[in-house]
Amino acid sequence: MIQSTPRTQTADVFDVAIVGSGAGGGMAAYELTKAGARVVLLEAGGPWDNTSAQNSGMMKMPYDSPRRGASTPDRPFGEWDACIGGWQVPGEPYTKAEGTKFDWWRARMVGGRTNHWGRISLRFGPDDFRRKSLDGLGDDWPITYNDLKPWYDEVDRLIGIFGSIENLPNEPDGIFHDAPAPRYYEHLVKQTCDRMSITCIPARLSIITKPHNGRAPCHYCGQCNRGCMTNSNFSSTNVLLTPALRTGKLRLVTNAMAREVTTSEDGRATGVSYIDKISGEDRHVRAKVVVLAASSCESSRILLNSKSPRHPQGIANSSGVVGKYLTDTTGTDVAGFIPRLVNVPRHNADGVGGNHIMMPWWLDNKKLDFPRGYHIEVWGGLGMPSYGFMGGIQAYPEGGGYGADLKQQYRKYWGATVGFSGRGEMIPNDKSFCEIDPEVTDRWGIPVLKFHFEWRDSEYNQVKHMQETFRNLIAEMGGEVWSPMPTREQGYGIANGGAIIHELGTARMGSTERDSALNSNCQAWDCDNLFVADGGPFVSQADKNPTWTIMALAMRTSAFITEQRKAGKL
Amino acid sequence: MTDITRRDLLSGLVAVPAALAIPHDLLLRAADHAHAAHEAEQGQGTPAQGAPAQGAPAQAPRPYVPTNFTPDEWRLVRLLVDYVIPRDARSGSATDAKVPEFMDFIMGEYRNTQTWMKNGLSWMNAECRRRFSIGFVSCTDAERRQVLDAIAFPKTALAEDKPGVDFFNSFRNLTSSGFWTSRIGVADLGYIGNRPLAKWEGTPPDVRRWLGI
Repeated sequence: MIQSTPRTQTADVFDVAIVGSGAGGGMAAYELTKAGARVVLLEAGGPWDNTSAQNSGMMKMPYDSPRRGASTPDRPFGEWDACIGGWQVPGEPYTKAEGTKFDWWRARMVGGRTNHWGRISLRFGPDDFRRKSLDGLGDDWPITYNDLKPWYDEVDRLIGIFGSIENLPNEPDGIFHDAPAPRYYEHLVKQTCDRMSITCIPARLSIITKPHNGRAPCHYCGQCNRGCMTNSNFSSTNVLLTPALRTGKLRLVTNAMAREVTTSEDGRATGVSYIDKISGEDRHVRAKVVVLAASSCESSRILLNSKSPRHPQGIANSSGVVGKYLTDTTGTDVAGFIPRLVNVPRHNADGVGGNHIMMPWWLDNKKLDFPRGYHIEVWGGLGMPSYGFMGGIQAYPEGGGYGADLKQQYRKYWGATVGFSGRGEMIPNDKSFCEIDPEVTDRWGIPVLKFHFEWRDSEYNQVKHMQETFRNLIAEMGGEVWSPMPTREQGYGIANGGAIIHELGTARMGSTERDSALNSNCQAWDCDNLFVADGGPFVSQADKNPTWTIMALAMRTSAFITEQRKAGKL
Repeated sequence: MTDITRRDLLSGLVAVPAALAIPHDLLLRAADHAHAAHEAEQGQGTPAQGAPAQGAPAQAPRPYVPTNFTPDEWRLVRLLVDYVIPRDARSGSATDAKVPEFMDFIMGEYRNTQTWMKNGLSWMNAECRRRFSIGFVSCTDAERRQVLDAIAFPKTALAEDKPGVDFFNSFRNLTSSGFWTSRIGVADLGYIGNRPLAKWEGTPPDVRRWLGI
């Protein structure tokens, strides 16, 4: 659908080569081109533009497609979901150790996973950078909240985010646009939380509610996940890459599957070799600096596959930690039927494409049998009917049926369900990691990742607490939950590793080169012109979605690269 | 902004126009365009959907010919969807909303639906034959309702009817998917979102009063 990018002259040496065009890669491309660097950006997927009416399903009604919004092989979240990718990508397998349940999401398109997410944009709090000091588990980051705060501020100003000033100790406020008022069921949830002493605040989403840097404010169609035609929410594509392209300094190469970081005899990075997926040809770009931002596990795969005499275990891996410390966010969901909401008067309850309220972690873990917290997301409402509409109606009080009575049931129960999703912090453990599978390669012959993954009691007990809390919330709202409380044997309903799509930590930063891949500037200890700018450098998960921190870190890393380049060190 | 421009932009070939935002009225037009384009497509029809040959005198469109149901299955499905969602004072029936055609499409696209669907339709006929010595389509309305009453309420159904109960749960779900996402179903529900708003006003006062908040 797009002309292929003109082939790179082999004589060209770019200032920086970036792998991956999502949150981290997009931010690095934006910052580095703004600072004057000539950048080449390799993206494994195809081109995409969410402002094109052909691409964006934002304004489609379900009857506009015979599929009615159901999923397709490359769009597991529905035919109009903006994100092309999935837990299985044809020709790009991964393997799992026996007994491991892990699902690895890959986005394959310009903008990467920023086309997918719920735009929940939370800063990590001061405690999240020094958990080991607080409870002895995991590790501290080599940086503090104060180190990152100016960069969070800058991300807020550049991209735009709504929220509210709350002055909560570990939920730092940002530079916010006004948050949208709650929907009808969210008012009920807020009242219920107040009665139960659960902190409930306006959500913090990277959706703009006033004009911002040339972008129009949200128009409340409720379909952020389909790709916003007005760029009113954040995606890397049009908020970061478009201005980067406008500098004239960026060469964007799509369908470029990175194979490895190439190095000189002295072990320094010289560029990136990749496969042009259209022609199947092997290609190479030369660059003075390489930034990997292909997602935590994909970047680690590239690092581990970049073996040379100077880097026999893979580049950036003299400590052996690359692939280790893999974490994902814990997750479980509970939905309930709220009789008080039956026959809710019809009105436009779409709002933004996400929850208008949220519950940050509100309890003291010292008084609980699990060490880390979680936040709660809320869903429900009178959203657009889609494939799967009110499936399982037999669970409602009438117990099923057919005919005129059934038809009436759908009408009265639509909008009377409220659901809660818990998203919590996992502690890294030595049984959860990825490595190169020596037996399996992808369709281009590149060795693939093998995953090992295990939840521990720290996660199981936390998810049990989520289940109990959500059931109590629904009961307090006068509602009923039809699914039984999952047992310990059922993992209390914990989602598989990878299912929440927050994989982090497989190229972690640290204070010493013995136990980390990167220093506090996300620079490889054993290769000074190699950086990682995705979720890989994270030392811990936090009970917060990682994207805002990925971007603050990528911005900080880019500023460091610029400074070093000016000083003639890179 | 033309597509060519956008393509070039993402190829990194050209400079980018300064304004990226699309005004709200253009969004509305884009939505109208999307719906109209789809309807035009539907109107053209496929040969199976029976558009009259060009130049032929106007005539009633030939009936839809399913690709994933046998003629016998099709007759049963068309009856059964209307037992699930019949016409009433407020809106049309499942067949009015073309739910059988939707099911035919889904069975072609998602092959794993074929097994439960075809086995379930067979079960319905077998159960009718067991009770009344004739298939579902040939049964009287009262006879059909006897069978439906036995499988439509999982909590009180007999264990021996479980295959029928499981089938009917799935069939009811698929009927619901097809009906409530149709133009008829969306209008009936009163879904009034997915339209660009200049401002988010929050929960309207009448709804707040209804909720007591």
